[in-house]
Amino acid sequence: MSKDDYILKAEGLYKSYRMGEAGVSVLRGVDLAVKKGDFVAIVGASGSGKSTLLHILGALDRPDKGVVSFEGSDLSRVGERELNKFRNKMVGFVFQFYHLLDELSVLENVFLPAMASKSVFGWLGSHRWVKSRARKLLSELGLSERANHKPYQLSGGERQRVAIGRALMNEPRILLADEPTGNLDSATGNGILNVFERLNKAGQTIVMVTHDERIAQKAGRIITLADGKIK
Amino acid sequence: MYKIILSVRYLLKRRISYLAFLAVALCVFIVVVVMTVITGLVRDFKVKNHKWVGDCVVGTESLVGFPYYEDFITKLEESDIIDSVSAVVKSYALVKNRGLQESLGVEIMGIDPVKHSKVTGFGKTLYHRRGDVSEAFKPAYDPNLVGCVVGIDKWLMRDTNGRYSYEVSPSEAALLVSCFPLTSKGALAKAGTGLVNTKTFYYSDTSHSGLAAVDSSFIYLPFEEAQLLCGMAGPVKRISAIHIKFKPDVKLEKGCGKVSTLWKRFIEEKGEEQAELLDTVTVQSWKEYRRAFIAAMEKEQTLLTIMFAFVGVTTVFIVFVVFYMIVSHKSKDVGILKSIGVSRLDIIELFSCFAFLIGLLGSAAGVLAGRLFLLKINKIEDLLFEHFEFQLWDRTMYAISDIPNAVDSKVLVVIIVTAIAACLAGAFLPSWQAAKLEVVETLQVSQL
Repeated sequence: MSKDDYILKAEGLYKSYRMGEAGVSVLRGVDLAVKKGDFVAIVGASGSGKSTLLHILGALDRPDKGVVSFEGSDLSRVGERELNKFRNKMVGFVFQFYHLLDELSVLENVFLPAMASKSVFGWLGSHRWVKSRARKLLSELGLSERANHKPYQLSGGERQRVAIGRALMNEPRILLADEPTGNLDSATGNGILNVFERLNKAGQTIVMVTHDERIAQKAGRIITLADGKIK
Repeated sequence: MYKIILSVRYLLKRRISYLAFLAVALCVFIVVVVMTVITGLVRDFKVKNHKWVGDCVVGTESLVGFPYYEDFITKLEESDIIDSVSAVVKSYALVKNRGLQESLGVEIMGIDPVKHSKVTGFGKTLYHRRGDVSEAFKPAYDPNLVGCVVGIDKWLMRDTNGRYSYEVSPSEAALLVSCFPLTSKGALAKAGTGLVNTKTFYYSDTSHSGLAAVDSSFIYLPFEEAQLLCGMAGPVKRISAIHIKFKPDVKLEKGCGKVSTLWKRFIEEKGEEQAELLDTVTVQSWKEYRRAFIAAMEKEQTLLTIMFAFVGVTTVFIVFVVFYMIVSHKSKDVGILKSIGVSRLDIIELFSCFAFLIGLLGSAAGVLAGRLFLLKINKIEDLLFEHFEFQLWDRTMYAISDIPNAVDSKVLVVIIVTAIAACLAGAFLPSWQAAKLEVVETLQVSQL
């Protein structure tokens, strides 16, 4: 496999936190490579470091040691501005607790990443296209009727689909999902997984963290994290 | 764009924002009302002083006066900056109503009413002779008598609303005015004889300048009569001051400077002739001439401005507290925004935009409420007086008839800009703290 086939690569990642007086090592030399079009599930027990690994992969956190490369670029050597651009354009995050902005409507939450990357004038020039894409995404996610609702008016599953729509808005190269079904009932969770499967079949690279082996089975590749290392 | 949208939503959806909005509106309201009233009082006082004095005064505080004024007036009239001039005799006198024993100390001012009205607002301060100032010293009941104009507060009483009870026509009254005439050396001119000059003047009108100190102590007499009374009508006539009005396009400082130069040259030309009297003469703008009175008002204005700067500091603190609470509640939003690539600077801008909106809308509401209140302030005071006998000023004592309520647009701009700046200052620290928040902490995704 050539170097260019990997969209995301982690080498020798170490991360520890301080908990009171003691230091807790969460990641102890994690190596990971994700190819374009992969659907990777990272499984592990609670506290195994899987969410920390996901945040480091998505540049929401920095490792104490080790390198994360995205399409060959070392993220630790990238400046703050470029990192913001990376979070906005290259990755889409889906969180367990949805993390939608209560003050915005469903539609506004979905097109928020596109709006955030544009100046006022840039927005005025592109808002029609952006809104149209957001509506299309909502339609694909079965939320057309909910576009003008507020997040608190939606069910858990609907909120998570809005979060997926937001994550996909800027057509990211990779979708990072942290326990996307962790807060949902089984049927609703399956619905979300079906959305992921559909996206992956369309070519979307996905890295999903879950503690549930059954859910992980939906992914093409399963990586087990235990004691801060990949088993 | 999202910064504007989110700012507006935070403002509308978060009830705590209303507190910040109300705090700003209330502070601005108070500042607008108080500053308008005090600025109005000071401005009104300055305008009245300006009207009473004219633009510039060449004069002396000495009761002896100074000579050669006619020569200097000729020089002034030749100058291209002078509109009009008025020679004035000023001194102190005792005055009593004929038939009464009581004498009162007054200040007398000898003027040519027509010339003085061209330089000052004297003509407009009259009541009976307002339309024809040349008749100011001719009592309506007998124009052949030598009249005098009396400061209104020496003659008429005011009611509780500050209104004078004017007579339909001037009442017949003879006033005996006594002066101590002085020689050019400053000695009593009638030493060893009668000592005083006394002449009877007949009340012809009142003068209402709006300046309490002036209206309660001055009596205006015909120029030549005042000169005689004060002993200034000798072979070398003397006066106390020349009041000057500049042409409309002449700036005060420039005009006074030019008059000062003319006066210096004039003294040089005169050489040693009565140099001791000419040396006491100063050239002052109306502001300098009335400095002792204006400075006190300006000090009060400065004091109030400083006090309201403290109100501004309070606003900053209120906004700071409100924003601190808002940002604490919105740390999750900060995390979400950062996770989609929003920078620290953008976070500061978002909350600054929010603070700007609160400052702008709060100050707009405060200004609007302030203007409405000021529009009705005199009616409100009248109502309070009718029902509760409350007045800001006792109108029977103070020369202020109405509470000033003309809003100065420059002051408004300063207040609005300061309010917005106060909001931005109050919001800065919480915004900066928000910008420093780490995504993983704010989203509480520390699940290992």
